[in-house]
Amino acid sequence: MSSKKELAVAALRNGTVIDRIPSSVLFEAVRILGIERLDKHVTIGNNLDSKELGTKGIIKVADTFFPEDVLNRIALIAPTAKINIIRDFEVVEKYHVELPSTIMGIVKCDNPKCITNNEPMRTRFDLIDPKHRVIRCYYCGHSVTASHAHIK
Amino acid sequence: MNPDSLVSISDISKEEILRLLRQARYFESHPNQRILEGKVVATLFFEPSTRTRLSFETAVNRLGGRVIGFSDASTTSSSKGETLKDTIKMVSNYADLIVMRHHLEGAARYATEVTDVPIINAGDGAHQHPSQTMLDLYSIYKTQGTLDNLTITLVGDLKYGRTVHSLLEAMYYFNPTFNFVACKELQMPAEYRQFCTDKGIRYNEFTDFSPEVINSSDIIYMTRVQRERFTDIMEYEKVKNLYNLNAAMLDDSKENLRVLHPLPRVNEIDQDVDDSPKAYYFQQAKNGLFARQAIICRALGIDIPEEK
Ligand SMILES: [Zn+2]
Repeated sequence: MSSKKELAVAALRNGTVIDRIPSSVLFEAVRILGIERLDKHVTIGNNLDSKELGTKGIIKVADTFFPEDVLNRIALIAPTAKINIIRDFEVVEKYHVELPSTIMGIVKCDNPKCITNNEPMRTRFDLIDPKHRVIRCYYCGHSVTASHAHIK
Repeated sequence: MNPDSLVSISDISKEEILRLLRQARYFESHPNQRILEGKVVATLFFEPSTRTRLSFETAVNRLGGRVIGFSDASTTSSSKGETLKDTIKMVSNYADLIVMRHHLEGAARYATEVTDVPIINAGDGAHQHPSQTMLDLYSIYKTQGTLDNLTITLVGDLKYGRTVHSLLEAMYYFNPTFNFVACKELQMPAEYRQFCTDKGIRYNEFTDFSPEVINSSDIIYMTRVQRERFTDIMEYEKVKNLYNLNAAMLDDSKENLRVLHPLPRVNEIDQDVDDSPKAYYFQQAKNGLFARQAIICRALGIDIPEEK
């Protein structure tokens, strides 16, 4: 990566960088992570060049370290996303997001006759086929692939 | 959440299924007892189903328990917009057990999360209906003397028929061979065929309800092919009589063959089958009473003798 591209988004002393988010879902990822509500420095870049994705988005959040299961939520829409944990300008940890075995909230069930679409309650999906990324509604049994899941 | 709730047949183990069957056998020889004396059972039928409700209420009454509840949600506060949660919480103040039927899928599972009173799912939309599955299993067990190594032919609407889906799931413990007989539009859904493949259950698919299939069966499980399931009405007209059974078709069938149907039937089983010793659907419905007595006692944690 050239230093010119590096400058596209500001460097981070401490915090979390979420890289390799497909451009089309960047703002959805922002929403899923609740980044709008943070009062820390947030830098968002989009439509950056990416060999792998064509274009990508990146989110840098200063002085914030999300629990891994929170970051894993974006695996639903951005399975390519990569997490970098920065401390004192150094990457101290990096990992790929992974679909959690249980997803509470976030996903809306596509079945109009599902109880979750008719009661004020939280949804729950279980990962039933990690290879094909299939998740299933805990209540009605309706299943869907993660990339087709309807995000609330 | 009460661990003795029964929402789906997959909630209970093979051993529990077998125990419930032996307890149902016990109730068949001792249907009237006072073991539920002092217990109040609520039957909450948010969606009407006279057949299922009467079976549950008879089961309670014959064991000396009391029944409260409603048979139609239009007469309750849920028709005024009360949430399911609030209704369940209210009834939990009065009842030792809640038997509920609801048109929404997953309603019973959710109900278990908002109360400590045990819940029995008496049908949640097109989803689960475990007491129906238990009475089907009991009927098979009784007529065949075993659940093991049977050839079971499922006929008619295999796409939407929840009873055949649950039966499939429950039978997987018992090394069955399935024949799926249905028209293209109503075939067994891919997820259930996958289930069979994953669990090593043998199955064959047919569009013809042929003598070969009939004559190889230990159980024929008939279901109703409903017009409203078809997007193409011409297709319905073409197939509507292909999956009907009449007495002559049973001429060369196995001696131990029994014909089941969850009822109500329309014309998929000819009246002339009713007199055949192989017709079992009316007794099947009666078995529901004993299966439900066993399920109710399990939910209430009451120990019941078993009978082989
Ligand atoms: Zn659902």
